[in-house]
Amino acid sequence: MTKLFMFEKPQGMRDTLPELYQLKQQIKRGVTQEVTQWGYEFVETPTVEFNETVGSASAILDRQLFKLLDQEGNTLVLRPDMTAPIARIAASTMKASERPLRLTYDAAVFRAQQYEGGRPAEFEQAGVELIGDDSVSADAEVISLMVSSMKAAGIPTYQVAVGHVGFVNALLKEVLGNEKRASEFRRYLYEKNYVGFRKAVEQLPLSSLDKRRLLELLRLKGDASIIERARSITESRAGQKALDQLENLLDVLADFDVEDCLILDLNLVMHMSYYTGVVFEAYSEGLGYPLGGGGRYDQLLGRFHHEEPATGFGLRVDRMTEALGQAKQSVQKDVCVIYSSERRREAFAEAKRLRSEGRSVVIQEISGIANIDAYSKQFDRTAYYVGSNGEGGVKR
Amino acid sequence: MNQELLTVAMPKGRIFEEAVELLRKAGYDLPPEFDDSRRLILEVPESGMQFILAKPMDVPTYVEHGVADVGVAGKDVMIEEERDVYEVLDLKISACYMAVAALPDYSPELDVAPKIASKYPKLTSDYFREQGEQVEIIKLNGSIELAPIVGLADRIVDIVSTGQTLKENGLVEIETMIPITSRFIVNPVSYRTKADRIDDMVDRLAEVINGEEQA
Repeated sequence: MTKLFMFEKPQGMRDTLPELYQLKQQIKRGVTQEVTQWGYEFVETPTVEFNETVGSASAILDRQLFKLLDQEGNTLVLRPDMTAPIARIAASTMKASERPLRLTYDAAVFRAQQYEGGRPAEFEQAGVELIGDDSVSADAEVISLMVSSMKAAGIPTYQVAVGHVGFVNALLKEVLGNEKRASEFRRYLYEKNYVGFRKAVEQLPLSSLDKRRLLELLRLKGDASIIERARSITESRAGQKALDQLENLLDVLADFDVEDCLILDLNLVMHMSYYTGVVFEAYSEGLGYPLGGGGRYDQLLGRFHHEEPATGFGLRVDRMTEALGQAKQSVQKDVCVIYSSERRREAFAEAKRLRSEGRSVVIQEISGIANIDAYSKQFDRTAYYVGSNGEGGVKR
Repeated sequence: MNQELLTVAMPKGRIFEEAVELLRKAGYDLPPEFDDSRRLILEVPESGMQFILAKPMDVPTYVEHGVADVGVAGKDVMIEEERDVYEVLDLKISACYMAVAALPDYSPELDVAPKIASKYPKLTSDYFREQGEQVEIIKLNGSIELAPIVGLADRIVDIVSTGQTLKENGLVEIETMIPITSRFIVNPVSYRTKADRIDDMVDRLAEVINGEEQA
């Protein structure tokens, strides 16, 4: 290994300096207040979990996990998301709590280190999990709460794409007949490879009608009218039921007043096996990556030996910060009380008084400052308690 | 990513002319300076578009990070780079294929530690793994044909369009791997936030491609 320079951090790790921290805080405060007001309760879980439990249950691919070994040789993971740890809690220590359970978190999550920039190995995620309610209303609540959280965070423009994995699964199974082939096609959707999807359709010994049904799936993107088009290509009960749910979901979302920023996208397949029903993803114009997303994951708790329906969302704080980044401005500090030892007591009393009024006050002995003009410029207001005589002066 | 402008990442070099021709056929009015410009960014305000000219290997990178909304990239690059972008359309231009080539006297039996030179380390190692062969890869950035001649590697994996370069350097193709064409790729966020314009572009391009197929 080459010798490290003292300023270096491990690959993919970031520092947050005061200005960025403030912006991040502002975003998190917005989200925290919103989810709390919707009655979600905060939980914390350990940073490190077992690979065999939380690691394998999470939606993150194995090769993207940040792994470590403990003293007994168990493989540990730095938690890759919060959904799996919360599922663990809900299925064990909170098994007896009244349902539906509404939990929220704001925590750092980890991914395997990558050499390319823009892919941090540690970033913060804020989100909620609604456990024990299989109704469409629960899905709608989670989507609406995500929207109002983005709004509370100050995200200027956003859009949410909503899909239904149940519909995709039903259609693929119905047309292709078996799960093996269906999963091949699901993989094309998951990898966003429409060209491969179309070529695979052409090569299958299917009727031209069936081929058209599969190809139509790629075009099911837009407003509520695509539900009718989707109905015409599926006959199975499961497929129709998924569409009923989507229709229902749109009704509930209309009552939540969030239908403006929604688009339907029935090709949205975000993870191979994790999500089971409604899925959604949030975007902000001007940012190339999704801000976050979520969906229904009715089988996850079963992996912790406690079958239960659940739904939730997660928003990436780092990406929200980036989406807001353009609005970045240097932060002016509030008050500075500059004093010399003779009038120290007076200065401290003044600082205390101002703080009790809610101001934030820096106290600084004058002998510690090299350039008083430059230093005091950072503050809205500077008060001097200097010298043995004279009154406490307030400048600016 | 600018809201009004649709940013298109174009690959410089081999694919560029064909891609420009295709766009013109699809009704995009590209100015003549397009054909011999050294500039890296070309704006076409009339149609609300902006083109960035990148190395072919880098096009999916620009699109994944969202600084370009859409792009034109070879399938070879798509496989090698594994970027999180939508591969929406096979443009069917710049058709060629990936192949394994070696000197005529190459014999696998004499190959103790199989070494393969390529510009595509990931694609190469994935391909041979699927064939049940473990190989060592030497990454080169161009003139791959040189490697077997000077003894750097026994075989090479590269793009073949006419086979002329291989022949001129005394190499023979020993295996055809995968056919390659250029693809129209789209950033996942732009695919939703600029859906109308991108869908329109996809439709117009698809029409031209289908028309040419039938002709």
